[in-house]
Amino acid sequence: MLAKRIIPCLDVKDGRTVKGINFVNLRDAGDPVELGKAYSEQGADELVFLDIAATHEGRKTFTDMVSRVAAAISIPFTVGGGIHELADVACLLEAGADKVSLNSAAIRNPQLVNEIASHFGSQVCVAAIDARHDADGWYCYVNGGRIRVERTLFDWAREVADRGAGEILFTSMDHDGVKQGFPNEALARLSDALSIPVIASGGAGTKKHFADAFRQGHADAALAASVFHFGEIKIPELKQYLREEGICVRL
Amino acid sequence: MKVAIVKYNAGNICSVINALRRIGVQPLLTDSPEALQEADCVIFPGQGEASNTMAHLRENGLVQLILGLHCPVLGICIGQQLLCAHSEEGNTPCLGVFEHTVRRFPASSAGQRVKIPQIGWNTIEALQSPLFSGIANGDFVYFVHSYYVPDCAEAIARTSYGGVTYASALRRGNFYATQFHPEKSGDVGLRILHNFIHLCHD
Repeated sequence: MLAKRIIPCLDVKDGRTVKGINFVNLRDAGDPVELGKAYSEQGADELVFLDIAATHEGRKTFTDMVSRVAAAISIPFTVGGGIHELADVACLLEAGADKVSLNSAAIRNPQLVNEIASHFGSQVCVAAIDARHDADGWYCYVNGGRIRVERTLFDWAREVADRGAGEILFTSMDHDGVKQGFPNEALARLSDALSIPVIASGGAGTKKHFADAFRQGHADAALAASVFHFGEIKIPELKQYLREEGICVRL
Repeated sequence: MKVAIVKYNAGNICSVINALRRIGVQPLLTDSPEALQEADCVIFPGQGEASNTMAHLRENGLVQLILGLHCPVLGICIGQQLLCAHSEEGNTPCLGVFEHTVRRFPASSAGQRVKIPQIGWNTIEALQSPLFSGIANGDFVYFVHSYYVPDCAEAIARTSYGGVTYASALRRGNFYATQFHPEKSGDVGLRILHNFIHLCHD
């Protein structure tokens, strides 16, 4: 049976992880490769590395980091941030990334999704969508959540799936960082409407929140950052809990 | 020990090189007939679309070369699919080591929508090959695919998805193949690659 995936997300700036990290037994928790290895050994199913600065100068450092991750870790990983054109994708895949995630770039240039899918295959293309539940419904936002675009979450998700995205990474801006759980109703509506996997992102505060995202939100995978980085939830304990709850996970 | 990887226009090949290095093997990435024929074992990896990759193999004289190999050969993912006779993807005639047609997962099963591609960790069962020495039935490996090889006599591992139980690994003579990516399957996958390399000694 296909397992539900648990995905830690690492924010990277100038080749270093930036969020506060509370990891024991790491020589250098600021090193994305060390941290990625630690998560991999704890049972993470995939990893996501986001270049949050994504400056032109920092690009080579990030690509070097991708190569080092690829050499050190035997599980799949996605990279995002600073991807504007097909050449950016080629560069990251050559460095050893398995997938790339596109956010604002896909909304500004939807054709990029088609190009990635036709050049490298749908499995490479993760469409990341930031959305907020406004008074008039779920709407997409770009530029780190600062600018609303006149596309609803559900229409845009369907469009990127039709254009060839292999997965949707859905972050609710209302839930992200609040630790009150994932937006399960919207997740379930997305997951049921699409024929590609949906990754729930943002909102995890407890182990039960993950179980709810899988059971009520019908998510195929769940992504989190701070609960893992600060050691509030440990991946082996989370997976054990999910298995006891009857959810298929890789142990 | 000479381990060669077939160089062609498929993606994901550097992951296989990285994984082999982690188990202490320095592979040779090549499309040279001499180098492939001299290798102790050959890996035919990749991710991609069937008709494009087959066209590339034909244009570069790799079809007869692969079929003529006598050492252990391991096809991975699209490599497994191309070793079959035919693929529904692009209605493509393939290499024909295994006499099967590669099929697309059904859009729905028992009234439920099937997510395609299958992406993630699934179990391998009914293991029956030295390729899986030290691996238990029910161990998880990483899959990314929309097409599958139906269950058959040559299956040495089986996996279920979308209401279908299919051949997630195959063997015929010196040809082995896995639908999953051992190079992305953590320690279980590294063990399978290690086992394959050691088939060469037997």
